[in-house]
Amino acid sequence: MSAESILPLALAEVGFSAGGTRILDGITVRFEAGPVSVILGSNGAGKSVLLRLCHGLLAPTAGRIAWHGGFAGDPRRRQAMVFQRPVMLRRSALANVVYGLALAGHARADRSAHARRMLERVGLLALAERPARLLSGGEQQRLALARAWALKPEVLFLDEPTANLDPSAARMVEEIVGAIAREGTKVIMTTHDLGQAKRLADEILFLHRGRLIERASKDAFFAGPSAPEAAAFLRGDLSWD
Amino acid sequence: MGGDLGQAASTAIQMIVGADWRLWSVVFLSLKVSLAATVLATAIGLPLGALIALKSFPGRNLVTVILNACMGLPPVVVGLLVYLLLSRAGPLGPLGLLFTPGAMIVAQTLLVLPIVAAVTRQIIADAWGEYREQLTSLGAGPMQAAATLIYDCRFSLVTAVLAGFGRAAAEVGAVLVVGGNIDGVTRVMTTSIALETSKGDLPQALGLGIVLMALVLAINGIALALRSAGARQGA
Ligand SMILES: Nc1ncnc2c1ncn2[C@@H]1O[C@H](COP(=O)(O)OP(=O)(O)OP(=O)(O)O)[C@@H](O)[C@H]1O
Ligand SMILES: [Mg+2]
Repeated sequence: MSAESILPLALAEVGFSAGGTRILDGITVRFEAGPVSVILGSNGAGKSVLLRLCHGLLAPTAGRIAWHGGFAGDPRRRQAMVFQRPVMLRRSALANVVYGLALAGHARADRSAHARRMLERVGLLALAERPARLLSGGEQQRLALARAWALKPEVLFLDEPTANLDPSAARMVEEIVGAIAREGTKVIMTTHDLGQAKRLADEILFLHRGRLIERASKDAFFAGPSAPEAAAFLRGDLSWD
Repeated sequence: MGGDLGQAASTAIQMIVGADWRLWSVVFLSLKVSLAATVLATAIGLPLGALIALKSFPGRNLVTVILNACMGLPPVVVGLLVYLLLSRAGPLGPLGLLFTPGAMIVAQTLLVLPIVAAVTRQIIADAWGEYREQLTSLGAGPMQAAATLIYDCRFSLVTAVLAGFGRAAAEVGAVLVVGGNIDGVTRVMTTSIALETSKGDLPQALGLGIVLMALVLAINGIALALRSAGARQGA
């Protein structure tokens, strides 16, 4: 992309250790603008830690993470993250979106109207005045997406956006994620749900015990991954279907 | 004895219902002093507690331990310290505050401050554990994070403030030492109860005791109501 983009995001030999254990090791990868990148891997593989490192919430203990060099400014302002367990502020759904806009320096006069448009896009306009903490899990997840999407981020990190949601709530979230990606935001997400990965991903990154052992287009990955651990992961999951 | 108590109680109730001027001026001064002390302690203790919770600095654990310990400061000792500060020979002697309501406000502020600051620190630290990554991700700086947490914890924090007010209204040692229990000037409910009891004027003492108890009950009622209002709003 052009000089004003923060992408690509480049990780070089990135490692992360805590309390004497190596959680991530030797991760070298480039995230380009465009394709939806889905990170797969079993519990504890290091998916959430990887997203936190990319988003700047954790500092790598080895290697380097760099946004596009030509970008002048704070890359933090151009990215957003929706956490595995999003934190809702103790105020209305609308006020949660307005809060994000205020921190991002969005023009005060337009905050409320913009927040309402975002709530409408995720199907929550009718619940705008409800206390956010009293919303259902699926509604809170959609609210978290609206709060992040409202910032028009260039990159959006999503950590298991549909964990603990029923299938219909998960579908709604997937539709929103699809719309976010279509409007030009680079989506980097994790999931356990292989069906979801098939529906949303353009490319798959497979993490195994803190190492990135496979990266392939979605079709290539699901046709048959080259890493045996990835193949075992696919088989293991399918055997539950 | 039982007759004494019964007679004292009925006289006390007559005094309360009959709006006895002497009784109500004492109640009014009590409220004024304790409310002023609570407002001051809150103005200092809320930001102070939030600061200690959010900013890491060397010796933070020690500060926290000291703060927590100060919640149990004996009022008489605080009174003595303020007395030494405000006495004519003391460093703040020239202010001429000793044996005025001002001195009592200063002493009670020092009593309430550790409660408000320590409870605020605990509440904000717990919330920060939950909010830290989300607020950092949204780009909140330290001041914005502090303001957000204080606002989001408002219902729990009000409880801390009310607890502080309850402590101020119920203590006798500090206000006695720095105020001197001067009739019509620095006499408040607790000092008055102590004095009237020792003089044997049980109706006056009991009347004030009933008002004080009602006040404490009301504070706890308000705290509970606020908490459940907060819970209803998901706060
Ligand atoms: N801040 C941290 N300090 C120490 N250890 C951590 C930290 N964060 C995560 N870990 C550990 O690192 C490992 C990887 O955690 P991570 O949350 O990234 O896994 P994950 O792939 O997201 O798993 P899941 O699918 O269950 O969400 C786990 O063993 C976890 O206990
Ligand atoms: Mg995870």
